[in-house]
Amino acid sequence: MRRNYHLFVLLFPVVFWLVCFFLLPLISVFIYSFIERGMYGGVRWDFTLENYGRLFDGLYLGILWRSVSTALVCTAVCLLLGYPFAYYLARYRPKHRNILLLLVVVPFWTNFLIRTYAWILILRTEGLLNSFLGAVFPNWGPLELLNTPLAVQIGLVYGYLPFMILPLYAALEQLDMSLLEAAQDLGASPRRAFWHVTVPLSLPGILAGSMLVFIPTVGAFLTPDLLGGGKVSYIGNVIERQFKTARDWPFGSALSFMLMGIVLIGTVLYFRALQGSESAESS
Amino acid sequence: MKRILEVNIGLVYLFLYVPILAVVVFSFNSGEQISVWEGFTFGWYAKLFEDAALWRACRNSLMVAGVATVIATCIGTTAALAIERYRFRFRTALMRCLYLPIIIPDIVLAIALLIFYVQTPIPVGLVSVIIAHCVFNIAYVTIVVRARLQGYDNTLEEAARDLGANEWQTFWRITFPLIAPGIIGGALLAFTLSIDDFVITFFTAGVGYTTLSVHIYSLLKFGITPKINAISTMLLANSIVFILLFLWFQGGTSTTQKQEV
Repeated sequence: MRRNYHLFVLLFPVVFWLVCFFLLPLISVFIYSFIERGMYGGVRWDFTLENYGRLFDGLYLGILWRSVSTALVCTAVCLLLGYPFAYYLARYRPKHRNILLLLVVVPFWTNFLIRTYAWILILRTEGLLNSFLGAVFPNWGPLELLNTPLAVQIGLVYGYLPFMILPLYAALEQLDMSLLEAAQDLGASPRRAFWHVTVPLSLPGILAGSMLVFIPTVGAFLTPDLLGGGKVSYIGNVIERQFKTARDWPFGSALSFMLMGIVLIGTVLYFRALQGSESAESS
Repeated sequence: MKRILEVNIGLVYLFLYVPILAVVVFSFNSGEQISVWEGFTFGWYAKLFEDAALWRACRNSLMVAGVATVIATCIGTTAALAIERYRFRFRTALMRCLYLPIIIPDIVLAIALLIFYVQTPIPVGLVSVIIAHCVFNIAYVTIVVRARLQGYDNTLEEAARDLGANEWQTFWRITFPLIAPGIIGGALLAFTLSIDDFVITFFTAGVGYTTLSVHIYSLLKFGITPKINAISTMLLANSIVFILLFLWFQGGTSTTQKQEV
């Protein structure tokens, strides 16, 4: 009886908060995605499937594809940069390793808005990159980099690289070095040992890092808004416009539900792959 | 092979730090252009002190982050205790639901709360933003405190109860001091995330209520001036102080624990 009382006291606040301020809002989005847009930016409480129908418009499918492919490229680039980085760091002298690791954590704790703004400073026409290249090559014509998909891609990689490095480092640091030695004693070349021992054992880190990069980038709103200059649309910007300027909340809700669907599919795939890697490891 | 790895390390650190350093360096630039160097000045920092809108935004940010941190830390800690110390029905469901706010994209949580607030009498502004920040902060505090609770065995609690302490005494004399570093760490993380949050605040603040992030965003959208470099540098310095505090509490824990054992 006392146990139940304690448990109730501990659980009540969190359950209350989650139900009232998380589940109820999600349910409201769900309901909104099935009603009609009213005049003057309001809504009309009539059931419709039109909001979901509009998602299959070529325009929105194109935007969706751009968001997903940008997020995939971003994940791949982060993995390519992050894996060798984490690999080297995990083998570094323990004394200095923590300082090097701290240097990766600092951007993680820094305001995202400011880190994105820093790229405006670098990429704009009169920016640092063009001044630098202009100083090295006197005939350099300034590159128009800001407000392009490339700028968005760079900003996203920059924003989420620490999210890839940290789980990779955690996985590689725990790696049992004697397994690698065993592989080499048994005649495996370093390359073979890397692909057959190190990579499979660090798979949980690869998967976790990929999740942590893919999910926020697919729904990114701020980076495309600031570095893309609103010229190239991503799903996050389209949702923002439905709520801020276009005032078509039901359609914005349908878009949000689709975005959440993509993220949840990603999460399910992640857990499948994780279980797969764990069962492969134990067998 | 080793050379390639070393070059990669160097390039990644350059990539991570050149943009941040550029902002810091150009905050001392006397020119009117944000990225063309003309001369050294502290002028932009002096201008910050005269900027009433900036200070109002700053005060709002501190207010929101402070209150949201206190609420989220209490709720997150109780949630972590329940999950780690008890087995109950729906435990897995609760854990999934608890971490969902940080798995779904920011913008979805933001518009969900916006739609919800329109249907309820909750005043839009300070209160709505605090409630919204708690939703994601509770998840982060729970993660940090759970990690701390997993790190020590509960024989100390059993010993205290064997010696006649009641549950209340056991909690405040044994459990709380042991997990305090985790709670402080979680609170520091929550405070930082709250101060840094833009997307969720942008949608739930309504018209006229600005926090620091929303203020910076509107500066970036409607006329970039070198003052932004100075504001950014101040915020960077602030972040670094918070990381060091966080690490100090997290790192200090293992040594104090050893001494106590």
